[in-house]
Amino acid sequence: MDIKLREVEYRYAAGTPFERPAITDVSFHIPSGQYVAIIGHTGSGKSTVLQHLNVLLKPLKGEIEIGSHTIAAGRKEKNLKEIRRRVGIVFQFPEHQLFEETVEKDICFGPMNFGVAENDAKNRALEAVRLVGLPEDVLKKSPFDLSGGQMRRVAIAGVLAMKPDVLVLDEPTAGLDPSGRQDIMNMFTGLQKTNGLTCVLVTHSMEDAARYADKIVIMYKGSVHRIGTPRDIFRDTDSLTSVGLNVPETVRFQQSFEKRLGRPLDKVCLTPEELAAEIGKLRGEIS
Amino acid sequence: MMEKIIFGRYLPSDSVVHQMDPRAKLLFIFAFVGIVFLANNVMTYALIGAFTFLIVFLSKVKLRFLIGGLKPVLLLVLFTFFLHVFFTKEGDILTQFGLLTIYKGGVIKGIFISLRFLLLILVTSLLTLTTPPISVTDGIESLFGPLKKIKVPVHELALMMSISLRFIPTLLDETDKIMKAQRARGADFSSGSISNRVKAIIPLLIPLFVSAFKRAEELAVAMEARGYKGGEGRTKYRILRWSMRDTMAMVFLVVLSAALFILRSY
Amino acid sequence: MNTIAISIKGVSYQYPEQESIALNNVSLDVYKGEWLAIVGHNGSGKSTLAKMLNGLHYPSEGTVMIGGYALNEENVWAIREKLGMVFQNPDNQFVGTTVQDDVAFGLENNGVEHGVMEERVYASLEKVGMTAFLNQEPHHLSGGQKQRVAIAGVIALRPDIILLDEATSMLDPLGREEVMDTVRELNEKEGLTVISITHDLEEAAKADRVIVLNEGRLYTEGTPQNIFQLDRELLNLGLGVPFAVQMSQLLTDAGLHLSQRHFNEEELVSELWTLNFER
Repeated sequence: MDIKLREVEYRYAAGTPFERPAITDVSFHIPSGQYVAIIGHTGSGKSTVLQHLNVLLKPLKGEIEIGSHTIAAGRKEKNLKEIRRRVGIVFQFPEHQLFEETVEKDICFGPMNFGVAENDAKNRALEAVRLVGLPEDVLKKSPFDLSGGQMRRVAIAGVLAMKPDVLVLDEPTAGLDPSGRQDIMNMFTGLQKTNGLTCVLVTHSMEDAARYADKIVIMYKGSVHRIGTPRDIFRDTDSLTSVGLNVPETVRFQQSFEKRLGRPLDKVCLTPEELAAEIGKLRGEIS
Repeated sequence: MMEKIIFGRYLPSDSVVHQMDPRAKLLFIFAFVGIVFLANNVMTYALIGAFTFLIVFLSKVKLRFLIGGLKPVLLLVLFTFFLHVFFTKEGDILTQFGLLTIYKGGVIKGIFISLRFLLLILVTSLLTLTTPPISVTDGIESLFGPLKKIKVPVHELALMMSISLRFIPTLLDETDKIMKAQRARGADFSSGSISNRVKAIIPLLIPLFVSAFKRAEELAVAMEARGYKGGEGRTKYRILRWSMRDTMAMVFLVVLSAALFILRSY
Repeated sequence: MNTIAISIKGVSYQYPEQESIALNNVSLDVYKGEWLAIVGHNGSGKSTLAKMLNGLHYPSEGTVMIGGYALNEENVWAIREKLGMVFQNPDNQFVGTTVQDDVAFGLENNGVEHGVMEERVYASLEKVGMTAFLNQEPHHLSGGQKQRVAIAGVIALRPDIILLDEATSMLDPLGREEVMDTVRELNEKEGLTVISITHDLEEAAKADRVIVLNEGRLYTEGTPQNIFQLDRELLNLGLGVPFAVQMSQLLTDAGLHLSQRHFNEEELVSELWTLNFER
């Protein structure tokens, strides 16, 4: 399912003395099946954009096309439920939204709100729990008895069980330990590659954006600063630092190596693995 | 929605009203609640109305903003108005539809009572709009200080109030976040039957309680780590200063009451 | 030179109603003026240790000496004046309704006189670069700013030691940098002893000394340089390795020569060049 934003504008507390602009003139395209990363600082408007993707916020100007629905300023949209089923959002620290007595009931909450029968929902819960790498017996436990990392996985399972076409992820690994972080990120890429899920990742981590995304949107002060493929974006590091973003460690390392070498490598490497292989190849060529 | 409510919000500025001692403002409000009831005819209402607008003017809070903020309570005011219009049977009959008879006295009473209500809300909103919440708390702690002698835990109550004030925006933020997360999972907080709506609140309330308890626990630990061991031997960072203008305000209040007292028998 | 600030001897601790032992016979010293990082996976005992150093738990066995005081219920308030703590969640330790009120909170608790209080609030906020926010309310501050205010609140009491209990783990990269820079400055300029409890090895790499805890025991200790030679062993302990260390591993795997695991990028590039490409 494609999502297109056209000149979207939003202001907080519109019409009061506390009014302040959130995003202005935001346009970009999330093509079906792609992995899109939205990067930018806190306050750059990332999370405001994110909340437009399933109409938790409505644009004050401009319009958003979500599949066959068009959300425009000032127009009532009746099929919000349909949109929200198809665009699932994993919010930052999603474990804060858990509330049911058992993990199973909590995971079923989403699907059943969208009209899935209880038995089907239970099957989905089982499937989702396996997907996020938790043992089945967790289903009958209280979510509040689990560790922080496990709660995070349960919350993610709750969104996956809705079987969305588009999965929007807001810093899904914040606060997790390194190995857990990798597991979860790999699971999302797996879903995107094998099930054709569209992924939108909102993140501070340049490393994650470089590693996983097909396309990157940089937000700065409420507007789109740049759009491009990771190799495009990270080739021009000056443009990144001009909006206060870090250069991914791999790219930074490649640059200081290139300085010694006196010429650029064949391509901008996006992961340490890629860079190590590239340098290895170069050594083979030289000797 | 919540952004539009002005009651309980603070709007920084450097007006005379902002600079007043919170104790003076609190005493003023307590007195005002009584004084409003002195008004009983056009003259007195005009006087007290003019007086209220004088304070609004002095406070530099935009009138348009104040009136906009009153909208949420307008319904309540209208309800009071019609209650009096329909149920007061005094004076001449104005009109009659079926069983309902409307008297002139009812309309006048309705107007007066609604006006009284509005003035009270206006003045109390003005207190919070011109006084940082923490100063209100300081004012209350200081005014009620003598009650410590009869074992009222004034310090603890004031601390509780100031911590609640501190956490209101945090919890509102959190409510908003959880609400959005559950709406993204298909929860519907704004339609359906009453019983369905009550049920819909559970996914919001439980996470909110869980987090509030966690916050309370962590806050208690942090306070202990920072050396908090009760009110005994504690000094205060904020010091209240009563100035000439506060005394003036009190004098003014006495004059106003006297004027109202005289005018009410006309 | 190496004066002992904290001495922990044979300390064990078990939470009531729990089977596993949170801390198991841990002994270590903290030296005056150093920056010590204590790292470990969730459940390694590092948070229990942090709480103990502030007298929020007392050891079931062993002794803890802080600034010349033995840790017990009698000395706990004196110890809390010597050792200030910054916690993980920026919101849940912000007591005051504004920045200056929050910094003053600890001073009020200790009965500091009003005039002195005003000076110290301002001076502390100056040290963390937050004087422009004196009257700001917490919900208008970023996470990094709130943590800097928390640090100001701690140093206003003039402690010898500051303990950061995962103080940067909920911050964005910018906030993390902000807080780390502030702490470094206090460590270097004011000679404040810093203990930072973290699972971020990138952060630990900046310390003078690192202690690794695992399952309640002291696993190993050394300079960051020593610790990172442990390489993949660290991953097994649930710790991520800094980028340069990871890069060293990958380069060695790709057949390049390196004398050791580097955690400093410049050194790595430099050695990578001299050992493999320079002729």
